[in-house]
Amino acid sequence: MKNMETKTKISGAKALIESLIHEGVETIFGYPGGAIMPTFDALYDYDKKINHILTRHEQGATHAAQGYARVSGKVGVCLVTSGPAATNAITGIADAMLDSTPMVVITGQVGAALLGTDAFQEIDVVGISQPITKWAYQIRKADDIAWAVARAFYIARSGRPGPVVLDIAKSAQVQEVEFNYKPCNFIRSYIPIPEINPTQISDAAKLINGAKKPFALVGQGVVLANAEAELKAFLEKADIPAAWTLLGASAMPTEFRLNKGFLGMHGNVAPNMKTNECDVLIAIGMRFDDRVTGDLATYAKQAKIIHLDIDIAEINKNVMVDVAVIGTAKETLPAITAQLNTSKHTEWIDTFKEFETEEYDKVIKREVFPETGELTMGEVIHKISEATQNKAIVVTDVGQNQMMAARYSNYSQTRSLVTSGGLGTMGFGIPAAMGAKMGAPERTVLMYSGDGGFQMTIQELGTIMQEQIGIKMIILNNHFLGMVRQWQEMFFEERYSFTKMKNPDFVAIAKAYNIDGKEISERSDLDKTIADMLKDDKPYLLVVNVEMKGMVYPMIPAGGSVTNIILGE
Amino acid sequence: MENKLYTITVFSENTVGLLNQITIIFTRRAINIETLSVSPSAIKGIHKFTITIFATEDVVEKVVKQIDKRVDILKAYYNTDDDLIYQEIALYKIATDKLLQQESIEGLIRKYHIRILEMNESFVVLQKAGHYEETQQMFEELSDSIGVLQFIRSGRVAITRSKVERLTDMLNARKKHETEQLK
Repeated sequence: MKNMETKTKISGAKALIESLIHEGVETIFGYPGGAIMPTFDALYDYDKKINHILTRHEQGATHAAQGYARVSGKVGVCLVTSGPAATNAITGIADAMLDSTPMVVITGQVGAALLGTDAFQEIDVVGISQPITKWAYQIRKADDIAWAVARAFYIARSGRPGPVVLDIAKSAQVQEVEFNYKPCNFIRSYIPIPEINPTQISDAAKLINGAKKPFALVGQGVVLANAEAELKAFLEKADIPAAWTLLGASAMPTEFRLNKGFLGMHGNVAPNMKTNECDVLIAIGMRFDDRVTGDLATYAKQAKIIHLDIDIAEINKNVMVDVAVIGTAKETLPAITAQLNTSKHTEWIDTFKEFETEEYDKVIKREVFPETGELTMGEVIHKISEATQNKAIVVTDVGQNQMMAARYSNYSQTRSLVTSGGLGTMGFGIPAAMGAKMGAPERTVLMYSGDGGFQMTIQELGTIMQEQIGIKMIILNNHFLGMVRQWQEMFFEERYSFTKMKNPDFVAIAKAYNIDGKEISERSDLDKTIADMLKDDKPYLLVVNVEMKGMVYPMIPAGGSVTNIILGE
Repeated sequence: MENKLYTITVFSENTVGLLNQITIIFTRRAINIETLSVSPSAIKGIHKFTITIFATEDVVEKVVKQIDKRVDILKAYYNTDDDLIYQEIALYKIATDKLLQQESIEGLIRKYHIRILEMNESFVVLQKAGHYEETQQMFEELSDSIGVLQFIRSGRVAITRSKVERLTDMLNARKKHETEQLK
């Protein structure tokens, strides 16, 4: 007989794991179950090569993968079963889509012969996830596994990153296959990084060179492109003040001279006001989200607008621009910088000070340096930031805790704020912080949450216990769903409809999971407790009872103009 | 900006679930698809979708960008009627006795430029190709005179007035890119 030499065949499940190893995967967040059992069985033999973290809920696995990806730049990986596991994963997938996080979620599926029969734990995962993924694919035969995994990782990490779902039929996991892995770096129908157009570059440079009052908006695109140094060189050469979106936080260090703060609804006064005063607005890797722009009809109407983005679909989506520069910031920024005149805009930059002083006097002083009254969220965050020398990774949940953490943490290095920006997922905090710690074990990871969001994924304390993930969790406890309460106070005549919460003894819960913790209410206890929390690399829960009716100011009401900022009092 | 009829042309790889990927982009923005026609294109393995919608240019531009962004989509673009040569095809089933009573068949063929696809004792199936207004007018006139038992109209098919399909340029560029990467 000819061709006696046949390659050894392996199971589809094994081929799947081998494929992941080829993609450099070291950590997986997952949860086993019926339709993915063959893969979990194969995984049993790979404990030296792959670290599988068993979360307590599939949503936790997805947020953990997000946290891991956001701090490391690697693709986060989840492995869950079919049906309810896949639907539980949907929130994290949607979150990763809106926040452009590279992630591959592998869901088990019923055997190929059962597809479409309403079999036990069968749902149409591909159909459900198509609107919230960059790519979703169902693997029905083992032959497809290597190809699909290679493609999934290429799509997830390249261009504007995003989540990919691979739905793998149980029958494909048990089928035998000749394994032959080829990484993917080309898909005919997909252009991840568009080529630079020299006209766009020179048009942008010309506008900036002619600007008297240039102003830059920095988004996560800079971080995703690893273009922090290119950004700095660009801003410094033309002396351009810059502000950041929520996801662009830490792309510039807080101390950087041209960093003028946080944009948007709860951002700083100066950058919001200056948006409507500048003559050239340069948006870099950001998407003019409504939380940044407020009312579009009054947004930066006086300015010429330049938009740098890797995604053509973002151009003119919300704001009509004068010059679009398509490409990765890693290439477009230096290309523009090369054509910029070295200049100084000292007078323009000095005009920011007036608003900075006003915000300090009316908002920050009261929030961060109160001398009497109850503890405030801002002072807790500020103290912890100082105690960690501004070096920690800050992970937040959603709501007041998130806005306060973004505002009052200082950043000294990139990839230091992990937060659910686009989807605004309560419950994101705990699992995302676990993932962040796994992705950057050498760094301190802080997790700020409210009493509401903490209880949405509280079960992940079990994962923290089992894996001894040394995150420092801080509940800013105001016994309210604080942000909703704030809106009720401001816009709903103080009708506090279902926002007051009776809470459990959080520290006792942590103790039950063998996690150390403390609850404090007094200003005098703050420094000592923070020092205790940070003294080692073990998990810790700090519950701080803060003022019940604290408000996040400044605030631009939804749909209001960026200059219509409420400072409180 | 006023609503106009736009024709969106989409070229895609032939993978499962593509139609859903495209239609959810319209669903999300509450845009009705007026007509839809899908078939293999002139290039093997590539499918062509022709979709018409009523929208403003701003909306159609955004929608087309979102479609083009999908990984499995090769190219998407939009045109107005002025840029296109387009047709729809319609079939009309009419009772044979009514047809013979009312009209000379020759007259009907001359008037509407129709073909007869099938004729038997009980019914006749007529086919007419044309723009929407034309197939609609014939439907209304026949309904009023001799009655139409069944009527069906296809989605629009369209060809651009420009010399080559824009897809060809893209495919050539991608081929070049792939070859360069392999070197």
